[in-house]
Amino acid sequence: MLKSINLSFQYSGAPSISFPDFTAEQGDQWLILGPSGSGKTTLLHLLGGLLSPSTGNITLDDFHYSAFSPAKLDKFRGENIGIVFQKAHAVQSLSVMENLLLAQQLGGKILDKKKIMNLLERLQIAHKANQKPNRLSAGEQQRVAIARAVINQPRLILADEPTSALDDKNSTEVQNLLKESADAVNAILLVVTHDNRLKATFPKQLLLK
Amino acid sequence: MNILHLSWKNILNKPLTLVLNLVLFSLGVGLISLLLLVNVQLEDKFEKNFAGIDLVIGAKGSPLQLILSSLYHLDAPTGNMPISESKAFLNPKHPIFKKVVPLSLGDSHRGYRIIGTNASFVDLYEAKLSEGKLFEKTMEVVVGATVAENLKIKTGDQFQSSHGLIEDENLVHEDAKPFIVSGILGKTGSVIDQLIVTKTQSVWAVHEDHDHEGETEEEHAAHLDHDHAEEEKPLADYENQSITSLLIQFKGRNIQALNMARNINENTNFQAATPAIEINRLYTLLGVGEEALKALAMLIIFVSGLSIFISLFSSLRERKYELAVMRTLGARPGFLFQLIVFEGIVIAVLGFLCGIALSHGSMILLADFLEKSYRYDFSAAIFLNEEIYLFGGSLIIGIIAAIIPAFQASKTDIHATLADNKG
Repeated sequence: MLKSINLSFQYSGAPSISFPDFTAEQGDQWLILGPSGSGKTTLLHLLGGLLSPSTGNITLDDFHYSAFSPAKLDKFRGENIGIVFQKAHAVQSLSVMENLLLAQQLGGKILDKKKIMNLLERLQIAHKANQKPNRLSAGEQQRVAIARAVINQPRLILADEPTSALDDKNSTEVQNLLKESADAVNAILLVVTHDNRLKATFPKQLLLK
Repeated sequence: MNILHLSWKNILNKPLTLVLNLVLFSLGVGLISLLLLVNVQLEDKFEKNFAGIDLVIGAKGSPLQLILSSLYHLDAPTGNMPISESKAFLNPKHPIFKKVVPLSLGDSHRGYRIIGTNASFVDLYEAKLSEGKLFEKTMEVVVGATVAENLKIKTGDQFQSSHGLIEDENLVHEDAKPFIVSGILGKTGSVIDQLIVTKTQSVWAVHEDHDHEGETEEEHAAHLDHDHAEEEKPLADYENQSITSLLIQFKGRNIQALNMARNINENTNFQAATPAIEINRLYTLLGVGEEALKALAMLIIFVSGLSIFISLFSSLRERKYELAVMRTLGARPGFLFQLIVFEGIVIAVLGFLCGIALSHGSMILLADFLEKSYRYDFSAAIFLNEEIYLFGGSLIIGIIAAIIPAFQASKTDIHATLADNKG
């Protein structure tokens, strides 16, 4: 269960941004909407532990990780939170397989090629396992990003505009794969977007002002 | 998938940059290592060939030339010393000289110099016979290890010498008596390996024969017998003959000994040269070139360090998103720091290995050249302690070049980097 209470963040020299309290149960899938500048990415980075809040608490399964030390937070994030960005930003010198092995290692998990192959098969990119990421199409790269976010079976999956760089067909596919992958590991899925194509499929939505 | 493996993959991902860095680094390391190799072996040769000689006496001319020709057998001799004028030096009861070794130079066999001297010459270099026996009679020779090896000479072989120090078929003493190989010397690592050693009288005998061209066979034979009869005479009794130079060891290093050289230079027709002084002078002359090369090598290494720094630094800009994403996957800042430092170290280690391969490879070519032109054998297969320091230095350069980019990488601001990238 993810809980965010009384959360706010202030960039230096700018007014403080406050975020509505909300609670997400395990398996919940939320869409976070809002106009540009409403702090969508800031909220996602706060929830992902990439940024520390000015006030408020974030807890995941009773771990009050917004108050963790940097070292503890890095470890917690690697083990429990998977993040998908607008672009995959995979390590260019490594193959798709090696990128996922790296994710397992950084998350402190056992290196398991078989598990990775199964996941890649589900995401329909198993045949690209030994390719370098820059040889893949945008849609395929986004699948790699999803694979990387879910490989360690996180409790929480965050996605920041995961479909805005994709065409309609790929957008739908990536959206479905994201939801399926989150379901498969029973993770909370939070998607931040201004992509209207996603609105119809997420019943739970949080609107930022 | 440890850090080193990832560093390695990152380096391989930019092959052109890697090649540039390796070429620069290995040029610098290779040049320094080559200088060390040549220097150490040259000094080693010079040192071994000192053979405990305190003074070399010879005809007037360049003292360096005298040392080079008489001790290192590199240059041409300065001229001759008539025995009639050098008797004082040949006195076995000389108050200052402990050992006097006469040398008669000027002939060679297929490019290897023939030294007319006596058994004490062989002792100077602590050479031991590997087969046969030492020369006893006129025209008997012992052959240095390298000569025997390269010319495939065995005990009992005969050959005719040629006039002068270079290989020239027109100058062979065809009508002279042949030399007979009585023994072969074991390897010493000093210049004697490259020499053919015989009695002073043998060298005279070769040239004497020219003067007896009109002799009949009988007269010739009689003359030979005559030579044999005279063999046991001390050198000083051959009043009409000449030698090339004398190698001297002092009894002790006292004032008299030190003044000896000046005395000879001022009061006789001869010159006396001190090997240590002349070789130091040679080092000083060579040293300028060596220093310049060393400075150039240092400059190349500095530039290669700079090139590693620049390539790592600019790769950070390309990789900033993937570095930030690695952080989101749980990588600590220290992980990114190590990643970049290892990249610097791996390039430096590879560059060092290429450089060592380069220097030892060129040493093989150079040794071949030096052996052909100077009859000096150098080895490419020796590895020096200095090369370990060079390895240490390479590691330090790799680390220094990587440390600022590594620090930069470890400071990657995940939020700013990833929030910034909104297409």
